Amino acid sequence: MVERSEPEGAKHPTSVQRKSDREVVVRRIFDAPARLVFEAWTRPELFRQWWVPKSIGLVLLSLDQDVRVGGAYRLVFDLGDSKTMAFFGKYIEVTPPSRLSWTNEESDDGAVTTVTFEEKDGQTHLTFSELYSTKEALDRNIGSTEGLPEQFAQLDALLQTLG
Amino acid sequence: MVQYSSRLDISFAALSDATRRGVIEQLWREDASITELAERFRMTLTGMKKHVSVLEQAGLITTEKVGRVRTCRLGQGALDEEWAWLERYRRMWTARFDALDKVVEELKRKERDDGRKK
Repeated sequence: MVERSEPEGAKHPTSVQRKSDREVVVRRIFDAPARLVFEAWTRPELFRQWWVPKSIGLVLLSLDQDVRVGGAYRLVFDLGDSKTMAFFGKYIEVTPPSRLSWTNEESDDGAVTTVTFEEKDGQTHLTFSELYSTKEALDRNIGSTEGLPEQFAQLDALLQTLG
Repeated sequence: MVQYSSRLDISFAALSDATRRGVIEQLWREDASITELAERFRMTLTGMKKHVSVLEQAGLITTEKVGRVRTCRLGQGALDEEWAWLERYRRMWTARFDALDKVVEELKRKERDDGRKK
């Protein structure tokens, strides 16, 4: 499968792999124990500090996270011209500090997202996986930048300036 | 093995091989004959012909035979579509994870300061 990694020399490269026709996996190592990395994914005041980095060019208006099995989450972004876009779903697995899984329900064919945190020698090996129900669903969602819909086309331009 | 149907999938399959990615990079710089490619990648002519055929079927390169020499060149816009989304996705995650790094560092620092390091 095709894999893209950063040039060597980056502290901890982020790798993206299209694992199958329905699944995309992102991997990264963090210099911290799993419980801290897990905390950053599950406490709203921490999560909002990194999920929408400035360079992405979006403004997060609100974030709700009820991190327990069956609990809901909701992110609302400002699209300008008083338009907003919401992403939402439910947590289906919460196993601190090693595993977190949620649904993406803003579209009919959203992925199931699973994040695993594996601690080795004080570092956390993180994998982020998006598993779609069909190949077409993956193409539709990933093709337009991480599940963001077509209206986010301007985002592409911004992302090109990153890295 | 996954069944590949769409053009994008054929491209990904074609690019899953390190030699074929190397050939693409090589052709990015300049056109080359199959013989030149075989020499550069230290392969038999037959082996290289197979790789070239896969890349050609995927629409990533085109070949043209003039006399006894078959010249390979990059297909028009060959990699734009294929690399673009993976690269875009990776860049977004790189930015996100760099930001996450900072948050995690801050958590570590706080924990040290609080003297509750475990």
